[in-house]
This record gives sequence, C-alpha cells and structure tokens, in this order.
Amino acid sequence: MDGLEKMTEFTPVMSLLGGVLIGIATVALMGIHGRIAGINGIVGGLLTSPASSDWSWRAAFILGMIVSPIAISAVTGDLPQISVPVEPLMLAVGGFLVGIGTSLGSGCTSGHGVCGMARLSARSIVATLTFMATGLLTVYLTRHVIGG
Amino acid sequence: MLKTLSAFAIGLVFGIGIMLSGMANPAKVLNFFDIFGTWDPSLMFVMGGALVVTAIGYRLVFRMGHPLLADGFSLPTRKDLDAKLIGGSSIFGIGWGLSGFCPGGLVPALGLGRMEPVIAATAIVAGMIAFRIVNRLRTDTSAASANQA
Repeated sequence: MDGLEKMTEFTPVMSLLGGVLIGIATVALMGIHGRIAGINGIVGGLLTSPASSDWSWRAAFILGMIVSPIAISAVTGDLPQISVPVEPLMLAVGGFLVGIGTSLGSGCTSGHGVCGMARLSARSIVATLTFMATGLLTVYLTRHVIGG
Repeated sequence: MLKTLSAFAIGLVFGIGIMLSGMANPAKVLNFFDIFGTWDPSLMFVMGGALVVTAIGYRLVFRMGHPLLADGFSLPTRKDLDAKLIGGSSIFGIGWGLSGFCPGGLVPALGLGRMEPVIAATAIVAGMIAFRIVNRLRTDTSAASANQA
C-alpha cells in the first residue's frame, strides 16, 4: 500500500515524443547558434556576464523554456500537472547540491547526458553514469533504508 | 534580434519537450530512480529519443561548417577525467535524487506557478553562486601564494 500512492503512469509514447522534441531543440541550438544546450551552462552564463553579447540569447532561451507550460495550456486548455513528493527543506538541500555539483562537474542531464553523450565525449559518458548512479543510490537510501 | 527570437523559439520547443516527457515532474523522476520500488521506466524513452535525434542531427549540422547565426561551434575540448568531473557529477546526482529536479526539468516547471520549483530554483542558483565565490577565493589564494613563491 506504500507503493500505490507513489505510482506514476508509464508513459513511453509521451516521453519518447518529449525526448525527440528535446533532441530537435538541441540540434537547432547547435545548428543556428553553435551552442551546447546544457541548461546548467546557459543559466551559469547569465550569472557571470550580465553585460556581454551572449546574455540576450541565453535569457531568451530560458524565457522560452519558462513559458512552455503556458504554450501547452493554450493548446490543451490545461496547464500540465506535476507532483512534488518532496518536503520544502529537502527541495532546498537537493537544489543547493544540484547547483554546486553541476558547476563543479561542468554539466547536467542536458549538457552531459544529451549533448555530450551524442558526441560520444568520454567526460560526458563518465559524468552521466556517475550522476545516474548516485541519483539511484540516493533514492534507494531515502526510500528503502532511511525513510522506508 | 533574429538571434534572440530564434533562441526564444528553441527554448520554447525544448521546454515543451521537457514538459511532455515527464522530466519536469519530480514524482516521475524519483520513480525512475526507484528501480526496487515504484519503478517508472518512462524517462529511459526521453533519453533514448533525445540521444538518437541529437547524435544524427549533430552530425548533419557539423557538416555545414559553421552555424547559421554564429561564426563557429562552441564545443568543450577537454578530454581528461578528473576528480572535479566525477565528484561534481556525484554531488549533482545526490541533489537530483533528493529534490527530483535537474536544471532542465526545473526551468519549465517554473512556468506552472507553483511554489516548489521556485524553492528548488533559488537553491540551485544559490549553489551555483556559492561555487563561484569559493572558486574565486581559491584562485585568488593560489595566485597570491604563487606570487609569494
């Protein structure tokens, strides 16, 4: 009974379609702007160089991402639903670690996991295997060992 | 102007992809990691779809010689597998497993008007700034000691 409320629907078709769109946008950003679609890197550039010529495309890209749920609701009539089974304190702690880790490791799921892996970059393959492994281990520990 | 508009449109498509895929939904992300519990393998299809399209698309794009609106392709050149890469990625995975949000999943979630993504985004930016401050202090210290030597 512990599992039932935590279950999420298996959505292979929607997830594949979403992945294909992510891929199309990633290829477009390289083909048009010559840039890696690593979200951590794009946001990081907004923090460091507010006056540079790079700033406007980065800000526009992030703004496009933020309004995407509204674009979806304009078509379907409803905002997409998400569920966050995480306490606010854990969101803050986890988020802080994501900020440090992606800066130190020079990339996140999009930068290493998609852009780097697609180029068969050894650094990105190692990074992706590493964060997948620690993510898996963290959820195992919080759900089955500590949290239970 | 064209560059800004095009970046906006590409970000929009990227965000729609993230929203449809489930990457912006922590319940789904955490279930993807929970292979010994309420496992939801959907996110394998996200990675699969994005990787196949990008691997093929990048090859075609690199044949053009240069991007449409820029002088060249900005690509990482490093090849070394250092402790920062592995340590940083380990920390990222722990944070992702605790919060359910990776940076790409979080940004479109900000558009839903809920509080949780705002908390996580503030914390991520705080982590990025903290890293930059520590990094700058360390660079300054090593530069100072190099000067002394």
